[in-house]
Amino acid sequence: MIGFIVSRILQSALVMLVVGLIAFALFNYVGDPVNNMLGPSATSAERARLHAELGLDRPFLVQYGDFIVRAVQGNFGLSYQYARPVIDIVAERLPATVELSLAAVFLALALGIPMGIYTGIRPSAPLARVLMGLSLVGISLPTFFTGIVLIVLFAIVLKWLPPFGRGEVVAVGWWSTGLLTLSGLKALILPAITLCLFQMTLIMRLVRSAMLEIMRTDYIRFAMARGLRMSSVHFRHALKNTLVPVVTITGLQMGSIIAFAVITETVFQWPGLGLLFIQALGFGDIPVMAAYLVFVSLMFVAINLLVDLLYFVIDPRLRTGGG
Amino acid sequence: MGAPPSPPPALRRPPGARLRALWAAFLEDDLVHEFRHSPVAILGFALAAGLILAALLAPLIAPHDPYDPAGIDLMNGLLPPFWEEGGRLVFPLGTDNQGRDVLSGILYGLRLSLAISCAAVALSAVAGTALGLLAAWTGGWVDAVIMRLADIQLSFPAILVAMLVDGIARASLPPSEHAALAMPIVIVAIGISGWVQYARTVRSIAIVEKGKDYVEAARLIGLPAVLIVPRHVLPNTTGAILVIATVHLATAILTEATLSFLGLGMPPTEPSIGTLIRIGNDFLFSGEWWITILPGVTLALLVLSVNLVGDWLRDALNPQLR
Repeated sequence: MIGFIVSRILQSALVMLVVGLIAFALFNYVGDPVNNMLGPSATSAERARLHAELGLDRPFLVQYGDFIVRAVQGNFGLSYQYARPVIDIVAERLPATVELSLAAVFLALALGIPMGIYTGIRPSAPLARVLMGLSLVGISLPTFFTGIVLIVLFAIVLKWLPPFGRGEVVAVGWWSTGLLTLSGLKALILPAITLCLFQMTLIMRLVRSAMLEIMRTDYIRFAMARGLRMSSVHFRHALKNTLVPVVTITGLQMGSIIAFAVITETVFQWPGLGLLFIQALGFGDIPVMAAYLVFVSLMFVAINLLVDLLYFVIDPRLRTGGG
Repeated sequence: MGAPPSPPPALRRPPGARLRALWAAFLEDDLVHEFRHSPVAILGFALAAGLILAALLAPLIAPHDPYDPAGIDLMNGLLPPFWEEGGRLVFPLGTDNQGRDVLSGILYGLRLSLAISCAAVALSAVAGTALGLLAAWTGGWVDAVIMRLADIQLSFPAILVAMLVDGIARASLPPSEHAALAMPIVIVAIGISGWVQYARTVRSIAIVEKGKDYVEAARLIGLPAVLIVPRHVLPNTTGAILVIATVHLATAILTEATLSFLGLGMPPTEPSIGTLIRIGNDFLFSGEWWITILPGVTLALLVLSVNLVGDWLRDALNPQLR
C-alpha cells in the first residue's frame, strides 16, 4: 500500500513537471515575450539587451528550472491584458469559480445518486423509464445551450432570476462570497443547474448500472432469501458496493466540472477563472493561459490522487492486498 | 455459423433470387433483427440519417447560399420565421442580423460541424487503435508508457485540451493564417484527446486474441507481425471500435459546437452550428430568439439521435451490459 501511494505521488509530480514544461514552452516560444514588451519599433540592440535581462539567453534547463521555482512560489509574471500580477487576478477570480463548482457538484450528487438508485432498483417502473429517457436528453444537450434555454425561460420570459453576473458579494477576509446575499444566491441558481446537469445525468446512469449489476449477484439474492427487509438489502448491502465506481467517476467529473465551468461562466458572464481563461485565449494573454493551465492541472492531479487514496478507505480488500 | 457448401454451378439460382436470398439473410442477421424490433433505435437512426442527409445535400436544398455575399441584403436582417408576424416564406426560419437565411445557415453549419467531427473521430480512432495494438503486441515498457499516457490524458477533460490546442494555435499564428487554418486546427484540437478509449479497448481485446491458437499458428508459420496484426487481430476489434466511435461522434459534435460557441472554433465567415448559436446569443435579449434557439435545437437533435444509435449499438453488440 505504501509503495502504491509513493508511486502515485511520484507519477503526479511527473505530470506536474510535464504540465510545467508545456506552460514554460508557451511562455518562451509562443508569442515572443521580447516583442510583446517592446513593440515593433524597437532596435535590435534593445531587443538583445532585454533578451539578456529577461534571462532568455541562458541554457534551456536553467530557464525551465527557474520557471518551475517561480511557479511554485506563485509567480507567473504580469498579465499582458491587465498589466497586473497574474497571481493577484487569479486570487480575485478564484472564489467565484469555487463556489459555482461546489454548488454544481453538490447538486449533481444530491440529485444524481438517489435517481440512480431508484432507476437501478426499479428499472421497469414508469418513472424510471422517464428518468432514463430524460438522462439521454441531458447528455445530448450542449452545456451552453442548456444555459441559453434557462436564461430565456427564467430570466427573459418569467423574469424570476438574473440572466448574468454574480449578484452582490460580501468580502470575508480576502475571499468574496456570493452565498450570503439574496441576489448572490439568486444569481447562483441558473449557472449551478446548467453546470450540474451533465454530471448529474452521468452519475445517475452510472449508479443505475452499478446497482443493476450488483442486484444480480449471489450475495444479494442470498440476503433476499434470508428475508431481510428490502430497504436493508438495497442500502446496506447493495449501495455500499456501488460506491467505488461512483467515487472514481465523481472524482474525474470534478475535473470536467472545472472545465465545463469555462462554458457556463461564459454564458452567464460569471466573473470566475473560466471567463478569465477564455478572455486570455482570445487576447493571447500567455501568462494568464500558463497560470490557468498549471493551476487547473494541479487541481486535477490533486483530485485524482485523492480519489486513489479514497479507495483504501472505501474498499477494505485493497488494504491487505499488495499494491 | 459455418456457411453451407456452395452448390455446383448447374444448381445455381438466377441472380435475382440470390439477391433476394442475401436480403433475407441480411434481415435475419442478429444485429438487423435487433434493430427492427427497437423503436428507439429506428427513431434515432432515422433522425440521424435525415440530419446527415440534409447536411450532405445542403448546397442542393438550402434556399440561399450563406457564403455568397451578393445574395445577402442587410435590409432583410432580423426577419422572424414565417409563422410569426412579419416573417416571409422566402426565409422560412427567419434571418440573422446580416440578413442571412437561418435555415440555410443551419444546413451549411451542420455540414461543417459533421465534417469536422467525423474527421476528428477518425483521427482519434486511427491513433487510438494503432497505439492499442502496439501496446498489446509489444507489451513490456512500450505498453507501460502508452497506458500511463492514457491514464494521464484521461484526467484532463477533452474540452479543456481542445481549448488549449486552439488557444496555442491562435497565439502562435498570425490572424490571417489562423483563419485559413481554422478547420484543421479544430479537427486536431478535438481529435487529439480522444484516443484513450480506443487504445484501452483495442488493447484489452488484442491481448485476449494474441493468446489464442490461431494467432499462435500464424506466428508459427512465420508470418510477420505487420501481417498478423492487421489481418487477424484488427478485425476482432471492429465491433468495439464502432461503438466507441458512435458515442465519440456525439461528444465530438458537442465539443466542436462548444469551441465555436466560445469563439475558439470556426470563424463567423465560415459558421458551424456552434458559431451560429454564438452569433444569435447577442440577440437573445432583444427578442430575436430564432437566431440562437433554432440552430441550438438542431444541434441537440443531432447529438441526441447519434447518442440513441450509439446506446442501442452498445446494447445490441454487448448483451451482458444491459
